[in-house]
Amino acid sequence: MTQHSNLLEIQHLNLYFGKKHALKDINLGIPKNKIVALIGPSGCGKTALLRTMNRMHDLNPDVKITGAIHFDGHNILHGNTNPVRVRRDIGMVFQKPNPFPKSIFKNVAYGLEINGMRDSAEIRQRVEDSLRAAYLWEEVRDDLDKSALELSGGQQQRLCIARTIAVEPQIILMDEPCSALDPISTGKVEETMLQLKEQFTLVVVTHNMQQAQRVADFTAFMYLGEVIEHGDTSRIFKHPEHELTKNYVHGRFG
Amino acid sequence: MMPKKLMQILGLSSLMACAAVVVGLLGIILFDMTGKGVQVLSWEFLASFPHKGMTQGGIFPAIFGTVAITLLSTLLAAPLGIACAVWLAEYAPNHAFTRLVQASIRNLAGVPSIVYGLFGLAIFVEGLHMGMSVLASGCTLALLTLPSVITTTEEALRRVPVLYREGALALGATKWETMRSVVLPAAVPGILTGVILALSRAAGETAPILFTGVVFYSRFLPYSVFDEFMALPYHLYILSTQHHEPDIARPLAYGTALVLLVLVLALNLVAFIVRAKQR
Repeated sequence: MTQHSNLLEIQHLNLYFGKKHALKDINLGIPKNKIVALIGPSGCGKTALLRTMNRMHDLNPDVKITGAIHFDGHNILHGNTNPVRVRRDIGMVFQKPNPFPKSIFKNVAYGLEINGMRDSAEIRQRVEDSLRAAYLWEEVRDDLDKSALELSGGQQQRLCIARTIAVEPQIILMDEPCSALDPISTGKVEETMLQLKEQFTLVVVTHNMQQAQRVADFTAFMYLGEVIEHGDTSRIFKHPEHELTKNYVHGRFG
Repeated sequence: MMPKKLMQILGLSSLMACAAVVVGLLGIILFDMTGKGVQVLSWEFLASFPHKGMTQGGIFPAIFGTVAITLLSTLLAAPLGIACAVWLAEYAPNHAFTRLVQASIRNLAGVPSIVYGLFGLAIFVEGLHMGMSVLASGCTLALLTLPSVITTTEEALRRVPVLYREGALALGATKWETMRSVVLPAAVPGILTGVILALSRAAGETAPILFTGVVFYSRFLPYSVFDEFMALPYHLYILSTQHHEPDIARPLAYGTALVLLVLVLALNLVAFIVRAKQR
């Protein structure tokens, strides 16, 4: 993870939930067109860290953040940075599939419409492309007007991925995207993720150690709000430097 | 010591007895009113004017008046109430003033309707020179229903899962876009239910229209919103307590009550269906 090739550079990041110091001096680079996995036991701050990257904490007035996240030449966390603008470049897929209570088509078209796309043929094409990219097109091509809520959990999650890639962000953040899915759906989502890194950069929070090894190029291990160590996924899992990392990846706590 | 099983049976049967008393009372009222009211029901009763000192003819102007003021009050209260609720639920800063406003609105919902009637007389009839009219009554009823429209809308908005909001925001939607295209549509069934229930309450109110526009007899339908009108609840009151020939008026009163009841029940049924569809 050399400095210059990083798309996102997190520097001296601290986050407080009220008085609780939840993220402590995080320094981490996210390289372009790679998949980075954030692993660690529950409550270690993985999700909190992920949500700093697209200003999702703005919704919570109790959160205070210091430090910097550099992206595209400026600091995302700076007060003058427009969070709406940030989120158009850095999309997010959530832990629980959260399609809107609208049709499948409208779910994917939504992001395009709010981003000013008006031409309906163009929208239709982009919806199809996005659904194909998320490996969902074949399953829903005849039911685009059906409510998204009628899809299975795995299909809903792939719809949420399609919705996110439709607006063509540069980075896609995924917060335990498979934790609510069965193994077959998980396999499909992972397949999708590997395809997506051709075009996008992915940061994935996961509890699933096998998943991290299957999809991630780089892995960062977090514990009690700190990044304990990070590096190539194979190295983190095979030759962890830190005792905590070793215990965690060998399943001794978690 | 009593065996557990016996305790359970006793407990359960006393609960069922309470439920039976409530349902039974309601049933008796409905049965009595329907039985006596249905005798006078006819096309003529529904569609014609009362005549011969209200001893003959129908209640059409009262039905018309009730529908008119109910619709007008909804047209006024719904947009205002929904807009107010959106501000309170989504935009108002969370400080003492906002909470004071919310508490006041909840308290307004408990103010007796006659107070609204007097307020309407002072503000709309006199102050704004609307006179005794459909408009003044519509405004007064709108005020009466506003608190419940605001409260139910606020609750409906708060019940929209935070995941929907986050999903829209993560796509680069602004707060307003999220509100307008995701949160509000998801809250529509809840909002509609609240509005319809408020509307059915407005339809049955007498006190707020008493000083602001209703008359006991009118030879004409209101021609504009500045005219007086007849209304079902007031007509019922006149027929059952103020009529000079109570024996003749009594069946007509039952008929009027039945029509009002069916109107309100129909509105509640619509609210029920909307809510059921939401699930």
